[in-house]
Amino acid sequence: MAIQFTLNGKPQSVDVNPNMPLLWVLRDTLGMTGTKFGCGISLCGACTVHIDGDATRSCITPISAVAGMKVTTIEGLSADRSHPVQRAWIEVDVPQCGYCQSGQIMTTAALLEKNTQPSDTEIDDALKGNICRCGTYQRIREAVHLAAKLRGAPAKKSAQFENEEPIKEALNTNVMETGVAR
Amino acid sequence: MSAGTTLKIGRRGFLKTSAVGATGLVIGFYLPGRMEALAAFPADMQPASLNAWMLISPDDTVKIMIDKSEMGQGILTALCMIAAEELECDWKKIRTEFAPAATQYFNPAFHMQGTGGSSSVRSSWDPMRTAGAAARDMLLQAAAAKWSVDKSTCRAENGVIFHDATKRKLTYGSVAEAASKLPVPQDVPLKDPKQYRVIGKATKRLDTPDKVNGRTEFGLDVRRPGMLYAVVQRCPVFGGKVASFDATKAKAVPGVKNVIEISNGVAVVADNTWTAMQGRRALTVKWDEGPNAGVSSETISKLFADRTMQAGSEARKEGDAGAALSGAAQKIEAVYEVPFQAHATMEPINCTADVRADRVDVWGPVQFQTTSQAMAAKTCGLKPENAFIHTTYLGGGFGRKAGTDFTREAVEISKAVGAPVKLTWSREDDTQHDYYRPASYARMAGAIGTDGWPVAWTTRIACPSIMEAWFPGSTKNNLDPTSVEGVANLPYSIPNILVDYQRTETGIPVGFWRSVGASQNGFFSECFMDELAAAAKKDPYEFRRHMLDKAPRHLAVLELAAQKAGWDKPLPAGRFRGIAVLTAFESFAAQVVEISLNRTAKTVKVHRVVSAVDVGQVVNPSTITAQSESAIVYGLSSALHGNITITGGRVKETSFDSYPVLRMNEMPVIEVHIVASTEKPTGAGELSVPPVGPALCNAIFAATGRRIRRLPIRPEDLA
Repeated sequence: MAIQFTLNGKPQSVDVNPNMPLLWVLRDTLGMTGTKFGCGISLCGACTVHIDGDATRSCITPISAVAGMKVTTIEGLSADRSHPVQRAWIEVDVPQCGYCQSGQIMTTAALLEKNTQPSDTEIDDALKGNICRCGTYQRIREAVHLAAKLRGAPAKKSAQFENEEPIKEALNTNVMETGVAR
Repeated sequence: MSAGTTLKIGRRGFLKTSAVGATGLVIGFYLPGRMEALAAFPADMQPASLNAWMLISPDDTVKIMIDKSEMGQGILTALCMIAAEELECDWKKIRTEFAPAATQYFNPAFHMQGTGGSSSVRSSWDPMRTAGAAARDMLLQAAAAKWSVDKSTCRAENGVIFHDATKRKLTYGSVAEAASKLPVPQDVPLKDPKQYRVIGKATKRLDTPDKVNGRTEFGLDVRRPGMLYAVVQRCPVFGGKVASFDATKAKAVPGVKNVIEISNGVAVVADNTWTAMQGRRALTVKWDEGPNAGVSSETISKLFADRTMQAGSEARKEGDAGAALSGAAQKIEAVYEVPFQAHATMEPINCTADVRADRVDVWGPVQFQTTSQAMAAKTCGLKPENAFIHTTYLGGGFGRKAGTDFTREAVEISKAVGAPVKLTWSREDDTQHDYYRPASYARMAGAIGTDGWPVAWTTRIACPSIMEAWFPGSTKNNLDPTSVEGVANLPYSIPNILVDYQRTETGIPVGFWRSVGASQNGFFSECFMDELAAAAKKDPYEFRRHMLDKAPRHLAVLELAAQKAGWDKPLPAGRFRGIAVLTAFESFAAQVVEISLNRTAKTVKVHRVVSAVDVGQVVNPSTITAQSESAIVYGLSSALHGNITITGGRVKETSFDSYPVLRMNEMPVIEVHIVASTEKPTGAGELSVPPVGPALCNAIFAATGRRIRRLPIRPEDLA
């Protein structure tokens, strides 16, 4: 039986095994790969999404549990990287490999909804469930403080990132050019 | 791509151009001579043709080919910076593309295409600058010809060529096609570092924007039309094989498409990852556990201890250490030991393969393109040129994704089921089937002379050889340089030194782990150096300083770290500090670690790490800082938590609960200080891993008076 929920502000219906974790519904069924698989047992935080505004581990959340609820993923945080947490992450240049950053950003965004001016200790407490193996924690701390300041301030696009779109296109082009024609 | 002109550029290699239709100027650099081979590769994999580094298009974009794997270390941005410096292009017009696996992209440090050994900037520094300078020169020449003026009256800036006398200008794109028809300049003058306007300036990463909204495509995010999803059940015991399996229950799981035996286990193929995992849970496999079923951490430790009773292959010998030790006023002996370490990249191992009759395509987080290509080809009986490796972004690498095991598995499964297949490893698979940083054992001895300074140092190492595991036959005299690096290159002025190595195989797979041998040998040598300082009743900083009289770059980072940490000033009550200095990947690092202890709870808190690094010419200071922080966190994870335990020939740990890594609440304040230098650029990504463990343990000694000679640090070490 199809399960209905709201995904990034739009109604979504999926007809899958009700026990299937939200993580795999997002990634495999819906093709939304911004939410990451890291451990599958809620130890690393890479799969963090918002469910009715709460930072939640999608890897241990069966899809049946989100019926009728509002799910927000990294793809839905903003349409144009304008969310204060994303702006802060760009400004501080936080990511290294970047794999955990969807989860770090989603946890931070939920934190700042509840605590607009977190202290270092409160940041540590909120983010200790999100592992970053590249060790970007120092820049994350800095970016969380900056995001807290940016909330309410208007978005400003950095000139540095005018080449952001084509980078992705270049990668896709590579795959297309060298892939097998179907 | 049609062949273009070939010209010799100094003694370094050849630059070539190619016209690609009428799309613009392509310029490449071809190194005909190769560095020493680490391994023998098939004769048909010799470097042959144009190595395209950059393409300048009529729309003014500059495409830079990224021949290295971007795994977080910032190489994509660094390569663009190096090229842009000489090309004088518009930074905003730069586009990038990951290079395919091709002999043209062989890393001269490895004799193959691959990313590792902190070699990327080192190996790209000359080719990227030379190609950029040649392209700029040709674009200038094309503009000058169009205006019928002398090239010397034109200048290039930000992707535009100016003729100031007549106030005319042309963009790179508008003369790119004309430039492609010109001969490549014979001698390309490179900039004086004083003129640099890109290199050495803190620059934001080009890959950040797509990493804050989930758009970056990692290996695990690859999707192909008609793709199936697979997981593999492998023998928990290393070297074991499938004896038999019963797939009845697994096949009964709705969505499971197939269950097949592959060379190292049983694959479950399904219509999504979760279903494949459910199917695997329902699978029953009987294993032939093979010869390693009795191996444990204890048996390995005992084996190492026994082997270090015998002399090994000499890695360094100066003077007569044996005689100096036996005749010394004061002799210090110690045994150090470290366990296997898993890489634990955030992105678990994965690979997507599509095997066809005449070609195989592989998409994945690949560190070694050449060996992955060879593996893909061999697995389905094709030639390497029919195996296409599409390198994605890597969600961490640290050496793990240099392996070809996941490529082989994905290719075997795709071949068997006749469809594109994405193979996903669970976290538990990843922890239990790694190529581990070798466990290692060191028997150390030192002697203090009557003048109060060391007169002898000996180290005997027993551990498995990584190089023989990965490139059989590549070492000489049973001496693997990676097994002794970090101690064989001890920088201190000690008249009698002997470092030897007992290659000791254990049956546990080993591989390159961020900073390789320096990770454990740095711990052995810099902790033992502290023991000698204590025996000589000298301050550990001043002691090292005195003995670095012939190692100026070591000395400079040591002094910088000590000065920035305030070594000469007393610490607040309850705070303690330790120091360490090392060279790795031709670079230099020193760190001061500041701690406090909770002696009741038997815990340590790392408050501050002050790091000084000398990596030669810095390309992107922001990246050097980030990589130093990253490596320190990696080293702290290992020293505080990292323990892979072998029992019954298998790994006991499974996930981040049993194999913990540093989390936000354990993060110290890290200060990174970079030595200004115009020396050639050297390695930066791994450099700062080795010093942090010993500096931490030396700080704990300062607090407790007790030496830590075995990692990870245990509660009983902290009382």
